[in-house]
Amino acid sequence: MVTLNSKIPEGPLEEKWTKYKANARRVNPANKKKLDIIVVGTGISGAPAASALGELGYNVKVFCYQDTPRRAHSVAAQGGINAAKNYKNDGDSVYQLFYDIIKGGDFRAREANVYRIAEVSNQIIDHFTAIGVPFAREYGGTLTTRSFGGVQVSRTFYSRGQTGQQVLLGAYSSLSRQVKEGTVTMYPRRDMLDLVVVDGKARGIIARNLVTGAIERHSAHAVVLATGGYGTIYYLSTLAVNSNASAAWKAYKKGALFANPSFVQIHPSSVPQMNEFQSKLTLMSESLRNDGRVWVPKNKGDKRPANEIPEEDRDYYLERRYPAFGNLVPRDVASRAAKERCDAGYGVGPTGLAVNLDFRDAIKKQGKKAIEAKYGNLFEMYKDITGIDSYEEPMRIYPAGHYTMGGLWVDYELMTTIPGLFAIGEANFSDHGANRLGASSLMQGAGDGYFILPYTITNFLAPEIRTPRIKTDLPEFDEAEKNAVENINRLMSVGGTETASSFHKRLGKIMWDHCGMSRNEQGLLEARRMIRELREEFWKELKVPGKTDEVNQELEKAIRMADFLELGELMVLDALNRKESCGAHFREESQTPDGEAQRIDEQYAYVAAWEYNGENEPVLNREPLNFEFVELKQRSYK
Amino acid sequence: MNKILFSAVSKKFVMALAGLFLLIFLPVHLGINLMLLRGDPEPFNNAAHFMATFPLVKVVEILLFLAIIVHIAYGLLLQVQNWMSRPVGYSVRNKSETSAFSRFMIWTGGSVLIFLVIHFFNFYFIKLGIVEGDPENFYSVAYQLFNIPGYVILYWVCFLVLGFHLYHALQSAFQTLGLSNEFWTPLIKVISLLYAIAIPVGFAIIPLVIWLIK
Amino acid sequence: MQNMKLKLKIWKQRDASSRGRFVTYDLDGVSPEMSFVEMLAYLNEKLVLKGDEPVTFEHDCHEGICGSCGMYINGYPHGPVKGLTTCLLSMRYFKDGETIVIEPWRAKSFPVIKDLMVDRSAFDKIQQAGGFISVAVGAAPEANTIPVRKHSSDLAFDASVCIGCGACVAACKNASAMLFVSAKVSQYALLPQGRPEAKERVRDMIAEMDKQGFGSCSNTGACEAQCPKQIKLFNIARLNREYIKAL
Repeated sequence: MVTLNSKIPEGPLEEKWTKYKANARRVNPANKKKLDIIVVGTGISGAPAASALGELGYNVKVFCYQDTPRRAHSVAAQGGINAAKNYKNDGDSVYQLFYDIIKGGDFRAREANVYRIAEVSNQIIDHFTAIGVPFAREYGGTLTTRSFGGVQVSRTFYSRGQTGQQVLLGAYSSLSRQVKEGTVTMYPRRDMLDLVVVDGKARGIIARNLVTGAIERHSAHAVVLATGGYGTIYYLSTLAVNSNASAAWKAYKKGALFANPSFVQIHPSSVPQMNEFQSKLTLMSESLRNDGRVWVPKNKGDKRPANEIPEEDRDYYLERRYPAFGNLVPRDVASRAAKERCDAGYGVGPTGLAVNLDFRDAIKKQGKKAIEAKYGNLFEMYKDITGIDSYEEPMRIYPAGHYTMGGLWVDYELMTTIPGLFAIGEANFSDHGANRLGASSLMQGAGDGYFILPYTITNFLAPEIRTPRIKTDLPEFDEAEKNAVENINRLMSVGGTETASSFHKRLGKIMWDHCGMSRNEQGLLEARRMIRELREEFWKELKVPGKTDEVNQELEKAIRMADFLELGELMVLDALNRKESCGAHFREESQTPDGEAQRIDEQYAYVAAWEYNGENEPVLNREPLNFEFVELKQRSYK
Repeated sequence: MNKILFSAVSKKFVMALAGLFLLIFLPVHLGINLMLLRGDPEPFNNAAHFMATFPLVKVVEILLFLAIIVHIAYGLLLQVQNWMSRPVGYSVRNKSETSAFSRFMIWTGGSVLIFLVIHFFNFYFIKLGIVEGDPENFYSVAYQLFNIPGYVILYWVCFLVLGFHLYHALQSAFQTLGLSNEFWTPLIKVISLLYAIAIPVGFAIIPLVIWLIK
Repeated sequence: MQNMKLKLKIWKQRDASSRGRFVTYDLDGVSPEMSFVEMLAYLNEKLVLKGDEPVTFEHDCHEGICGSCGMYINGYPHGPVKGLTTCLLSMRYFKDGETIVIEPWRAKSFPVIKDLMVDRSAFDKIQQAGGFISVAVGAAPEANTIPVRKHSSDLAFDASVCIGCGACVAACKNASAMLFVSAKVSQYALLPQGRPEAKERVRDMIAEMDKQGFGSCSNTGACEAQCPKQIKLFNIARLNREYIKAL
């Protein structure tokens, strides 16, 4: 057991962050140059963090598995980025944004962290605008916003359906500027294989050069993980196919706690699976639910084409069940409702695992042009994939694994339980509780990277100014490298008959069936057994071709897969432990009479932070969640 | 500073400017040539004489040669750079849709250059005294040449190729000089087409008319 | 479901210094619903199980936005369908029994790393030379302080959708990177935020582009035709304009 100290500053909610900043320790500019920081990952938290730390004068080394930082999967975020600007005069405020996130997360996030991210949200928009991100504008030249699921104000800034791309490329441009300045060194095409801990502090990483296969040692005074989520554990997810959990998992095995691993958001609108070879489900932005109406036929097995089903035979089930929010309920609610209809036999499409998202009424009312202006690229993408023209007939959508609210446990300073190891963006657990509201991930990632970590990291670094550059010939580096090489050799030498992708598919199915949109004790126990068996089989039957000293994409997959097979079990364990339903975590044993998630606050108002314990069962550490400023309520979107 | 003057983009500017200058010269040349059709050597020879002796024209002539040399030299430099930028080619021919004739500028340009050299031997070098002939009676020189069927065919082929070159050249120059946009470019393309047809046709009908009159 | 049989002629090359060659694979059981990269993954699965070396190629997001994928398919970068990346290119655009020739991007500035994987770091170098607005974190004014004409903002967005895949270079007969550079220069040139350092930006980015060994622009328009994000040639005109202004 470890003692969890969340380091939340004292005082009123709205003063905590100001107070913290006022009291934080500082590092003199001359000393910053002497301090090395490793940032792993270049998405919407890693790139901002690296560029901001570079601007401050630290010596930053940045790693990513892609060939260039601009390809991190934040690039695929579509809908937008929230901020409490209140440009629409609809009563938005920092407090309102804070409250929406806390409520959307079903009261399983830390108040102080959430308030802080709401506080910095406006600065994020200011900064992105200043560095040339072309957010959508009004004719008067000011920025415009749109509304998103789970809230009743319009606070989402966007660049058509490509907001993630625009803000990521903005962050990448700042990062590029720092590379030119010489404060940041880029190490692309590297996979982090292990974390190096020296005298209890994170002091470096072991990385594999994906081009030469060389195992490299990199040292620093502090290590920042901005490695994203682990949604690809489901195999079919909205994530990039190479996204993986390995960096965070290695940190966990070196002593960082893993918090709420079972909190996974299933996004309600992705293009349904079309064939068994598919390796990815494409997201259709939640913003579509602004104008699209979700429905299934009222009659079971109604096989008529969607356009031939008359109004009276359509069940607009979201509008029916949730009149106040209608089609704009939060993602977890929308996903479960879709699953409920499909499980009951009302699903559409060849597999019956899809619901209609219909723009007929919106096109009638606003005209095709208006719809095209808002969602043109999404309609095109949908057509490219399915061959269906959504201006003429409804899109078919189905939920898909999307975002992981769980992640490395961090304190208010975004530091994990390993001193000097920080986790930011999706890689940490801190802000979204049990369910993330749409357009909050870009906000949290960029906020962590630009405006929070640069302040909080100094508390760790200030006492380090006398620590000379960390040498890479320390025994800890030897040991970590040896383990990494042994792991690779072990994978190469299994010599079985099944590819890593095939194991991934099988694990994905287990996770989706038993630890996906709804979970129950029996299924979870079954899943745990199946994962263990699969893991054993993996180490007997895996086949990795090629050599280790060259580009070997099969080896890359195998390394990541071995970690997924361990993480999967931890997710199941966490889901088993939490016998309540909250947000995206839906335990069938705990629901209201009308089938909504039923929290059990007296027993589960805590963060479940798991501690690695070798071959034994991980140890559960509880961080109680004290709600001082909001009242815990049963979430209702009716 | 050197980097700016000799960047690929700067070279293209200079090429475009030189090219546009040559484009202005062509209608002037055509106008004089059309005097061949007057049936009287006097106006044509007078014009040729004027072009050969008037001081201001002399200055323009120097500029013209400078433009030709720069256009060719920069064209070659860029071409070499372009060839070097893809040392290993594709095995399947690139089928990407491109603007008509734009891929063959070096070849059409080279063909026009060959014609230019022949043309110099026939006329300009007489003026300079390098080649024998009467510089005061280009009218008859022209008529003699147009009586050779092989020459006329070569002449026509060269102007056809020049037309290909001009069609891309004009619109491309506007693009290179940063003068194209959604509004003007369609118009520029039409003008390019008209120009690329009018100039070669204008030159090409001269031997035809001469032959018909005869 | 329909089954397709294909003959794939794929460029195989061990590493940058080795000589490459085409290897032909017969692939049965391709579904028209697969995307092009899924088809290749399917081929690889078969190759690995047979004990053969799989084909190395890049792909990541599978939704046409990360820019990882890219191969020269039957004479077209990203294949014969306009406005699509290789990952979104559906196999329904190919015929049963068809021979498909797949080559890597070819350019001096994009050396082959292995098979169909090339090194596009030259694009990063160009971006680092000046593809940014130098505003430090914390220094930004309130976002609505500077109004931006909607039309300019929309044009900036149209340029900024570039995914850095390199299809423009692959398509250009000169392996020129002008469309890529112009997209970045245009985005910033069109926004008032980008004006203060517009001159330095365009000069530095052009200089770096030359240094990286890309060819010059012949205004053929192949880049525009093959750009999966349909970035317009007018951006190159704007780049030229900006460059003249910077002289």
